[in-house]
Amino acid sequence: MKKLILSAAVLALTAGLAMAESHTTVRLATEGAYPPYNFINDKGEVDGFERELGDELCKRAELTCTWSTNEWDSIIPNLVSGNYDVIIAGMSITEERSQVISFSEPYTQPDPSAFMTKAGAGDVMSGTIAAQSGTIQAAYVTADMPGATLLEFATADESVAAVKNGEADAVLADKATLVPIVEADSELAISGDEVLIGGGVGLGMRQSDTELKAKFDAAIESMKADGSLNALITKWLPGAATF
Amino acid sequence: MNECFQTLMDYGLRSQGIGEKLLPRSDFTLCQQFVLIGSGMTWNIYFGVVAVFAGFFLATALALGKGSRHLWIRKPSEWFIFVFRGSPLFVQFFFAYFLFLSLKQAHPAFSPFTSAWLGALVVLFFNTSAYSAEIFYGALQSIPKGDIEAADAYGMSGWPRFRRVIWPTMLRLAWPSYTNEAIFMFQSTTLVFFSGFPATQQRGDALYYANYFADKTFNPFIPYPILAMYFILLTLLVIWGYGAVNRYLNRHLPQERRSRLTFRPNVIR
Amino acid sequence: MCSDPSALHGFSWLACYLTTAKHMGLYWSFGTVLLLLAITAPTALLFGFGGASAARSRFAPLRWFGKAYIALVRGVPDIAFFLFFVIALDQGIEYVRHLFLCPSTDGPVRQGNDFIVCAAAKMPLGNSPQWVHETYGFSLAVITFAIVYGAFAANVLFGAMTAVPRGQLETAEAYGMSHRQTFWRVLVPQMWVYALPGLSNLWMVLIKATPLLFLLGVEDIVYWARELGGSKTPNYTDYPHGDWRMWYFFFLLVFYLSFTRLSELVLNRIMAKLTFGQATAAGEKQRRAAA
Repeated sequence: MKKLILSAAVLALTAGLAMAESHTTVRLATEGAYPPYNFINDKGEVDGFERELGDELCKRAELTCTWSTNEWDSIIPNLVSGNYDVIIAGMSITEERSQVISFSEPYTQPDPSAFMTKAGAGDVMSGTIAAQSGTIQAAYVTADMPGATLLEFATADESVAAVKNGEADAVLADKATLVPIVEADSELAISGDEVLIGGGVGLGMRQSDTELKAKFDAAIESMKADGSLNALITKWLPGAATF
Repeated sequence: MNECFQTLMDYGLRSQGIGEKLLPRSDFTLCQQFVLIGSGMTWNIYFGVVAVFAGFFLATALALGKGSRHLWIRKPSEWFIFVFRGSPLFVQFFFAYFLFLSLKQAHPAFSPFTSAWLGALVVLFFNTSAYSAEIFYGALQSIPKGDIEAADAYGMSGWPRFRRVIWPTMLRLAWPSYTNEAIFMFQSTTLVFFSGFPATQQRGDALYYANYFADKTFNPFIPYPILAMYFILLTLLVIWGYGAVNRYLNRHLPQERRSRLTFRPNVIR
Repeated sequence: MCSDPSALHGFSWLACYLTTAKHMGLYWSFGTVLLLLAITAPTALLFGFGGASAARSRFAPLRWFGKAYIALVRGVPDIAFFLFFVIALDQGIEYVRHLFLCPSTDGPVRQGNDFIVCAAAKMPLGNSPQWVHETYGFSLAVITFAIVYGAFAANVLFGAMTAVPRGQLETAEAYGMSHRQTFWRVLVPQMWVYALPGLSNLWMVLIKATPLLFLLGVEDIVYWARELGGSKTPNYTDYPHGDWRMWYFFFLLVFYLSFTRLSELVLNRIMAKLTFGQATAAGEKQRRAAA
């Protein structure tokens, strides 16, 4: 068995030598389950606000980019261990995450989070609140809503479904993702006060990748300057604040 | 040490909702990881013990049902065993959760089933019953015909023959595989919070917390080995308990035939 | 025909819905599952054979290694291994490549939270096309599966080796065969008869372990069932629908049931041949049926 591992290692080594090159392609990772930020369209491709944004940023920074998807749960660990180079997945900039990865300039204004309930539901702030695990909203429910019970789901879609089927009284998520859902379904409504958590959405990169961060920061700056970022925001995130 | 004792007080029963409400968010200590993952083990033990214990009885009934001569007893038993053994537990969890959600819309009596403590338990209970039933059924089939003939010669039949000859022999033959099944069942309990069933108030099982720490510290090399250690302890405990029963079941056999039983090529899952 | 789905109804809507490019992803992932099984089964058997041989080795450290491998993997939930191994394996390979390919790079591999190897040591290389990344991820999954289920196979084979009647080995020794000859010429050919029930069970276990691919980051059938089944709002798709996850998972359930049923039929045939003439209740039943 030792022999097997060794020969696998040798194989891995020689395979790499055969394709020796320089590091020119930047791999972008998204979740693909957080419309309108990012989702998989009918063609099975990544689509949404961040798809368009990412393509434009790469063009401006003169980088070749490829897209891949990764579960939200393990999206930071896989970045840190080098499976891709950039997280572009509607990730809010927080203190906690900044200790581990570095963020680019924010490319959205701080987006308020909102509660979505069934239409006509009363005060649910002390009820069961659904949220996607590992998000700022989940952290907010545990830390700042003493009366509420947190119900965690792996994807945003599942936490929304929990409200529809009565598992949870409300879901707490980014307002921009909830608005289209409420518009499409008259049985649901945004209720209660908006809460402001997090400091806008940014690209996540390894802390050691300072060069890449500088390139993307410059690209975001230029998109802010010529108004193209605002155009994207109005197109994809109705009601969200522009720069 | 003192600090760790405090952590134990705060988080020892966190998985059951007792103690500190917030999970540690930064400056994770080894002690916190040990305590919280250990706290999560209470869920694994709860699921495993209840499912295996209740499953034993249903399994015996199903095994007899599958061996029955009556079609309307045999077919349902066969189908039950087939459905639960023939599909992955992981998919069963997902499906059951969505099924319970729909049933809940139809009748409010089903509302507790969408929580892990009952819904997942039912799936685990049915699952282990099916697997154990197949093991028991296999054992029933391989009871030496001499044993049954001897019972007949003594004029035994019906319940006494089952109670005094068939059942003990069945258990004796099935026991090594049944031990395996119990170990598997305890390990399968880790799937609960990774499938459709959501965690409430961050109360989860051992794997839930191990995963929590791995995500927060970005270092899988500490929480997962801790989890592994807990599970090896649990497995040893199961083997020890089942070994004691095995010795009891085989107490009448000559010494060298006893030890051979444990070395039967185990039919695992 | 499918250009304007909102105008479609009933069957034609469904036909268009089920043939979107996204659904093709689901259908392809069934191929992924079958491919995984086709590669993993022989690899796991190889690992199992190695583990079992090591566990009965006369060289003590090798024996301990074999026994520890079997006991450790069997004692820990497989899902924990899956979550742990893939990252560990990936980092291990890149670390080895880093040592060989870029010895001159300054700085340690672990800098704070980051795991940094030089660009040439990346596995796969950063500019490789997406399919290379997917294949690499898939290979890691195969190795992880093989290591975990290899331990189960090792346990079965170890049991089978022990079950070979002692007399046969003694006969081989009496013929003057060396330890090695006895092992390869008598023990290995004989043990398969005893190993078959365990191995056929292991095959069933392996089939039913394939949904765990989902946890390894491979886009498998569970991933697609969850993604496709979730409710869709009209803004982002031409085929809006409610929460259909139950039906998608029902479909998966049926798929697995038919697959295991098929395997069972084939394996039963082989088993029936082996039970023939045995003095057990099953053997007795066969004899009565024939009489």
